[in-house]
Amino acid sequence: MNLYLLAPEISLCALAVVVILLDLFVGRKWIVGAVSIAGLVVPAVFSVLLWGSNQTAFGGALVIDQFAVFFKLLFVAIAALVLLSSTDYARRFDAFRGEYYALLLLATTGMMLLASTRELISIYVALELTGISLYVLAGFLKDSKSSEAGLKYLLLGAVASAVLLYGIALVFGLTGTTDLGEIATAISAGGIMRSPALLMGIVLLVAGFGFKIAAVPFQMWVPDVYEGAPTPVTAYLSVASKAAGFAVILRVFYEALGPASVDWSTIFAVLAAITMTVGNVVAIAQHNIKRMLGYSSIAQAGYLMVGLAAVTSTGSSAVVFFLGCYALTNLGAFIAIIAISDKIDSDEIADYSGMIRRAPMLALALALCLISLTGIPPTAGFMAKIYIFSAGVNSGLLWLVIIAVINSVISAVYYLRVVKVIFLGKPVSEERVSSPRSLQTALSLACLGVLLLGVYPWLLLRVAETAASVLPTLVP
Amino acid sequence: MSFPYLSTIIFLPVIGAIIIALLPGANPRRMKLTAAVFTAVSFVLSLVVFFTFDRGLAGPQFVERASWIPSINVQYLMGVDGLSLPLMVLTTLLGLVAVFVSWNINLRVKEYFAWLLLLETGILGVFCSLDLILFFIFWEVELIPMYMLISIWGSGRKEYSALKFVLYTLVGSAMMLTGILLLYFQAGTFDMVVLAGMGLDSVLTSLMASAIFFLIFIGYAVKLPVFPFHTWLPDAHTDAPTAVSVILAGVLLKMGGYGMIRVLLGIFPGTARDYAPIIVALAVIGVLYGAAATLRQTDLKRLIAYSSVSHMGFVLLGIFALSQVSVTGAVLQMVSHGLITGLLFAMVGLVYEKTHERSIPKLGGLARQMPVIVVVFSVAGFAALGLPSTSGFAAEFLVFLGSFSSTMVAGIQVYTILAILGVVLGAGYILWMLKRVFYGPPKEQYDGVPDADRREKIYTFALVALIMLIGIYPAVLTDIIKTGVAPLLAALGL
Repeated sequence: MNLYLLAPEISLCALAVVVILLDLFVGRKWIVGAVSIAGLVVPAVFSVLLWGSNQTAFGGALVIDQFAVFFKLLFVAIAALVLLSSTDYARRFDAFRGEYYALLLLATTGMMLLASTRELISIYVALELTGISLYVLAGFLKDSKSSEAGLKYLLLGAVASAVLLYGIALVFGLTGTTDLGEIATAISAGGIMRSPALLMGIVLLVAGFGFKIAAVPFQMWVPDVYEGAPTPVTAYLSVASKAAGFAVILRVFYEALGPASVDWSTIFAVLAAITMTVGNVVAIAQHNIKRMLGYSSIAQAGYLMVGLAAVTSTGSSAVVFFLGCYALTNLGAFIAIIAISDKIDSDEIADYSGMIRRAPMLALALALCLISLTGIPPTAGFMAKIYIFSAGVNSGLLWLVIIAVINSVISAVYYLRVVKVIFLGKPVSEERVSSPRSLQTALSLACLGVLLLGVYPWLLLRVAETAASVLPTLVP
Repeated sequence: MSFPYLSTIIFLPVIGAIIIALLPGANPRRMKLTAAVFTAVSFVLSLVVFFTFDRGLAGPQFVERASWIPSINVQYLMGVDGLSLPLMVLTTLLGLVAVFVSWNINLRVKEYFAWLLLLETGILGVFCSLDLILFFIFWEVELIPMYMLISIWGSGRKEYSALKFVLYTLVGSAMMLTGILLLYFQAGTFDMVVLAGMGLDSVLTSLMASAIFFLIFIGYAVKLPVFPFHTWLPDAHTDAPTAVSVILAGVLLKMGGYGMIRVLLGIFPGTARDYAPIIVALAVIGVLYGAAATLRQTDLKRLIAYSSVSHMGFVLLGIFALSQVSVTGAVLQMVSHGLITGLLFAMVGLVYEKTHERSIPKLGGLARQMPVIVVVFSVAGFAALGLPSTSGFAAEFLVFLGSFSSTMVAGIQVYTILAILGVVLGAGYILWMLKRVFYGPPKEQYDGVPDADRREKIYTFALVALIMLIGIYPAVLTDIIKTGVAPLLAALGL
């Protein structure tokens, strides 16, 4: 039992405990934040050290390969950026600051486990660890909106977990094993490929995971939870939770359900088309910026599912690359919103009017990230879309790619509307909007990443392709 | 490796934009001078390229190649040939003119010049790229600067026009991207030169070739614009600030025509021949409809905008008549129209600045009060209607001669004659406009309006000189254009 393989998760857990204890004893709260951010270096270093070692532990339940390590590093990076940007926002949590940091770290631990496991029950456990931390975090502000968000997320999340468990049970019942590789062998060998029970199991798994990635029709929780939760938590949810969801979908569907790929690729293609369209069209009507970004993230999940439906290795590496670019872009947008909304105490788009005069750097960063989300060069979002659409065209899903590009145009309506309001509108007041150094650092890192990947995408593309190459090839 | 002229020309404006954005203080004069310097250097370098271009060689010159995204075979590939070189020089020239036209801007000067220079980089990149993804990236880069420039510094329904422009162009680009990706997965490369030599028409099924052709055609059709995708143009041109209208009409529209020749004629000549009758018909409708609509306009700027629809119809006719002479004429018309309409919009801007009036019924008899502007405006107007000794005549003559004698499209003679009617209508609206606005009895409310000052005289006279030069000696351009167009049409057996 090689515990060294679990070192990133163990160290992250230990960090969470240290943060809680520190919060009890330390009077100057900024130390708690600083420790939690600085402490993230430890799991990051462990993850980097694990790169290249292809090992399994706990009887195949835990697996350390490039896919797992990539996502571990991605989650640590997301957590670092979110924590950096929320040290000032955290003052709203009064006495519970330590718990806020600790819960974020624990959620990250759950996600790291989620990407590294090859066994259905471990997936479920890791999913619950992440989920419960996030349910609490969603309700952290203790006002009516936040409590509603937390409760909604909990209830709907519980239902989704139950559905997922039912799907797992069905698959287990059919194949007799919960190990992903063995499930694949059992499916292709045992002649159960056409059985309705397997199809039912696939559908239930799609439903359970679909909740996590906010695919239509499992997306009802997104707008309310995104609007009500504290903005850093929303940022974290929109990026890390989605990345974790897609990571586990890639694992489960490529490794376990690979032989049945004809079935689930069609499901994902149709869901992708519906998700993008619903997300983009409803986003146009929003006037609260967090809600709008919630619907936008639903649409982005739709684009990601195009890569899933393209059951090729280009498809899976496109999904991983898109997740990396999307993480940077969406975080950049949300960090800017954390800074601005915190000071002007409003989440309404109309109150962002003329922000270019009041907070030029923040407004420019927000505009850059929105332009990247639309998919206009030279940004990371554009490169991600090109790659994922080319994966779609390559696997014969031309109809889906046409729907996707039209959706990109529709999305321009609401993204550019915010850009317009920021640049053209009359400022509501002449007060400058300041932001703490830590947040500016996080924002600069995100924007730098967006621009850099827009011009040199192979920086991330190479890593993404290596990560995705771990998954079995389903269609040559 | 020799000095990378093309990359320098393309990226100098954006470096200038970044410098302007980072300039401390709010001294407008410093920003304008910086913008002028960067665009002037780009222009001079493009002239160097123009004069050192070897007219005997076919194929792209000043090529710069670097591997960019190996996993999908995208290269950083730049090069100019006889087709793109005149357009590149036109872009740098109009970029410099636009900076001079914008000299009197005083609202948010820093952002204005930053967006303007970024826009110039985008357009230059389109003309110089020889890799389809690079081409597409630069094609999209110009969207946001245009949106910002029109919606902040424009007039009238500026936000509506800006959004309309962006959405129309995005839809076109979306279709174009799908076509480009399809093409890549059939052919295996994004390199435009290699693709042109592959003879894809015979390799692909006719369904696939037609699908790719039409997807990409829609992208260019929105840009050129081709009737019925033209409705964004009058709004965007009219509501944009003067310098932006100059660039929009002068160069942005040409991206569509350039793309059609380079990609559609170069890579799919057979498919182009199959669909040429429909497209030529659309071209003629565009010419006549555009001219008819222009006759009805009462806003001076909108009149010039609609006339662009008509003139771009000539370009489309020349391209899809598929003969050497007509395509050469189309390219010459693109350059000539860029100069003429750029000048016309600049003049409209001057008239508006001096008299604060754009409505034709309210203007009148200005020849007494502003003689210099009137003379230049009249010359520009005559060039627009195709008076011999102006570049407008040279270009239109080549287009009509080429399309009338084309052997590729059945019944093209009828279309050509109908298009020539458009010239008559053109004479109608130009002369009528000149009479109503400038000639006739002077109105007292315009007594004492200033005429063009020295800076304005410089750039307007320069443009007039160029229009005359090309009109009297078109070989200065047609020699170069021919070397670029001939290889592309060779596949048609011409």
